[in-house]
Amino acid sequence: MSENVGIVIVSHSADVARGTALMVEQMVGREVPLGWCGGDPGGGLGTSVEAIMKAIEQAWSERGVAILVDLGGAETNSEMAIEMLPEERRDRVVVCNAPVVEGAVMAATEAASGATLEAVRRTAEELTPV
Amino acid sequence: MNKLRASVLMRHEVGLHARPSVKLTKLAKAFESHIDLGLSPDGPWVDAKSIVKVMATKAPKDSTIYFRAEGTDAKAALEALVTLVDGDFQDGR
Repeated sequence: MSENVGIVIVSHSADVARGTALMVEQMVGREVPLGWCGGDPGGGLGTSVEAIMKAIEQAWSERGVAILVDLGGAETNSEMAIEMLPEERRDRVVVCNAPVVEGAVMAATEAASGATLEAVRRTAEELTPV
Repeated sequence: MNKLRASVLMRHEVGLHARPSVKLTKLAKAFESHIDLGLSPDGPWVDAKSIVKVMATKAPKDSTIYFRAEGTDAKAALEALVTLVDGDFQDGR
């Protein structure tokens, strides 16, 4: 069981999600639990609640999971996926209001130090213009 | 309160870009001390443990990086950070 907050990347494009996950692995390392998903089951652009739930499971940490999303449906489907989690896990998953690629790298860097879920989210959201 | 100081010339080809910034921040976070980073001996200073702020300095190649640290492991922290920058960020993992 990892002691670090996990990171989930949700993009409409499987390539973007996979590429972002690779950047996190290569820039930050493998000490942060990581999950990603992108695209619809038919191979087109889109996101799916089921795939997001699997990605959360993959990145699960008792310390919590921070989700980075790209556009529209990625966010609403992520929120739906969180609602469908077992009750005891729901409070430990957050969607960050941050750009997906930059946010994932920043959040993972913060998570790698053993930071709390709230600190990880804050770091990712520092990127968002006010 | 006494702050320890150190500085090092950064010769890394791309400067303090994404990967070097991540390595530097991760190393800084391994220490308990408060650590600041600046591009001049008088600051302005940013928290060396903040990945967003460190990356935002965009320090180019041949910059001198200044550190100041305060805390129980300040000396070790400065030594480690200077070694990282001096060693071209090779051993930051």
